[in-house]
Amino acid sequence: MKHLKIDNLHVSIGDREILRGLSLDLPTGQVHAIMGPNGSGKSTLAKVIAGHPDYTVTSGDILFDGESILEMEPDARARKGIFLAFQYPSEIPGVTIANFLRAALQARLPEGEELEATEYYAKLYEKMDLLEMPRTFTSRAVNEGFSGGEKKRCEILQMAMLQPTFALLDETDSGLDIDALKIVSHGVNSLRGPETGMLVITHYQRLLNYIVPDFVHVMVNGRIVESGTKELALKLEAEGYDWATEPEAEAVGA
Amino acid sequence: MASASVSGVPLMEGALVEGQWPEWFVASRQRGWAEFQQLPAPVPKDEKWRFSNVKALALDGFRYPAPVADAAVLVERSTGLGESAARFIFANNRLLAATAPAAELVKAGLVVMTLEEAASKHADLAEKHFMAQEVKLGSAKYAALHRSGPVNGVFIRVPKNLEVAQPIEIFHWVEGENSAVFPHTLVVCERHSKATVVDCFRSADDQPAFACGVNDLVVEEGAKLNYVAVQQWSLATTAFHLNSTTVGRDASCLGMQVNLGGKFVRGESYSRMVAEGARSDMLSVNIAGGEQMIDQRTFQDHAKPSATSDLLYQNALTGKGRTVFSGVIRVEPGAHKTDAYQKVRNIVLSDEAEANSMPGLEIEADDVRCTHGATTSQVDDRELFYLLARGIRPEAAQQLLVMGFFNTVLDRLSDARLRGHIEGLVEKRLSAALRG
Repeated sequence: MKHLKIDNLHVSIGDREILRGLSLDLPTGQVHAIMGPNGSGKSTLAKVIAGHPDYTVTSGDILFDGESILEMEPDARARKGIFLAFQYPSEIPGVTIANFLRAALQARLPEGEELEATEYYAKLYEKMDLLEMPRTFTSRAVNEGFSGGEKKRCEILQMAMLQPTFALLDETDSGLDIDALKIVSHGVNSLRGPETGMLVITHYQRLLNYIVPDFVHVMVNGRIVESGTKELALKLEAEGYDWATEPEAEAVGA
Repeated sequence: MASASVSGVPLMEGALVEGQWPEWFVASRQRGWAEFQQLPAPVPKDEKWRFSNVKALALDGFRYPAPVADAAVLVERSTGLGESAARFIFANNRLLAATAPAAELVKAGLVVMTLEEAASKHADLAEKHFMAQEVKLGSAKYAALHRSGPVNGVFIRVPKNLEVAQPIEIFHWVEGENSAVFPHTLVVCERHSKATVVDCFRSADDQPAFACGVNDLVVEEGAKLNYVAVQQWSLATTAFHLNSTTVGRDASCLGMQVNLGGKFVRGESYSRMVAEGARSDMLSVNIAGGEQMIDQRTFQDHAKPSATSDLLYQNALTGKGRTVFSGVIRVEPGAHKTDAYQKVRNIVLSDEAEANSMPGLEIEADDVRCTHGATTSQVDDRELFYLLARGIRPEAAQQLLVMGFFNTVLDRLSDARLRGHIEGLVEKRLSAALRG
């Protein structure tokens, strides 16, 4: 079992502090959900773990199986086994999904070793079938002109191909209709297992009906204010976030 | 003008010419030399040389070269598409090897032969179209030098209604320090014919050289021509590539200039729509790295109504690379319903690189649709982070994004094999340019 451990993490963008002493322990084999109101810092947490350059860690640490990854570049973190499914995936004009994923897999091979094309396509098609994606997708430019549902499916396809140790799913349910949500959730659930830890970030409880978490954390104002089992999500659904929100709290970015 | 040995004669003493050329060509050559001497050299304040580097035009050291040392090696190195309808290989202005078209294509009337042979055997057609368009974009002096020189290259006539499925492939090599070459391609696509022609310009070594190339593309009614020039001269070469295209009624020409090599490259592309329904696609992919300068001038000339021209030039700049784009769309009086588009996009990958773009319009007709624009940007940070977040290393991510940028141009080639071949060459040069 491996652990992704967030230890008393403080994070700022410019001089604005967004995460204010957040701690979390995500072991492989578990799915943790983070819920919270808009502006509580959920997306910041995901991006900071992935190494986004806009954010500054002012104190605390992020440990991948005991080793700090704060000094690691984003691409090195990804190769180590961290995957961020973006809330708003970028469009990459002129770069096909097939070429993009091939480059991502190639980056994980030792220098001088070439990706085996037949195996690659076999795996790609298998994962695309799982996500009910037509084969023609491979020759489309990454996310270009995709619907919201197609973009999220494409994120999960990448996750399926890259088989991360820790996956961060940032608002994967946003912009999805119920059919797309079922397909995406099915894809995510098929990737659950003892080798993978998942952090599912969502504003709504709905996603958690399909991706059932082992633990739920409530995040408000840059901190985790409550943790519990999946029943906590139902409480939030019924009562909203008001009970967990400090009255003096102000919104602190997305 | 003498006709003796041509080994290493200085350029400025006038061309010494080999081979058997008809009188009209000899007269044209003499006219070229007279014009070259008479026309003034460009100066920095010339509008047509704005942002360029006229100092790069010192030609004193260049020489008409001797034949290459080892022809067989260059023929071996002329790797291209693998399969072609015809294949001609030139080096230092001389033919090294030729694969003529298949017998049934010849029987159908396809002509692919050296310009020297065609100048006599197809004198009327060759004389009619050889450098028939006025050189308007600034390099008339160098067009005259081309005319005066030991020109060699291919003459292609595609007879009416014939579709040539495979590309016709031409290689021009230059070898030796300060060698000067004068490649020429003349293509006449007769009514409703269809062909693809690929010119490959390569250096046998990394020496400084001078290339002064011209092509004449004539696309008659209902015909379709794809013309691709892949320029891979050495990074020490000074090169002119002057293109002239004439597009007839309901005909279309897709011209693509791929500039990967050269120290100073001046490209001029003139495309004239001479009848209704004509279409010209003017495309270019350019990599300017290190000390390279790629200076391109274009002219979309709408002489008649209801014609279309669509220009898309894309440049990637690294190191101290420089590009210049100056383009004009001209709609002549009466050329109503013109649809003209002009776009140049620069992606600048280094602080020391410099891209200059000067789009322009001259419209003298009503009811036209003309759009133009130029953009200059760096690699998009969000796109870059997206690739990094998938584990792709920064250098590979940058390469992937720039290839994506170029793919939007390369996708315009419908021949998948040709497209793949060119993509491979672009990718290789980009990789080297990014590593500096």
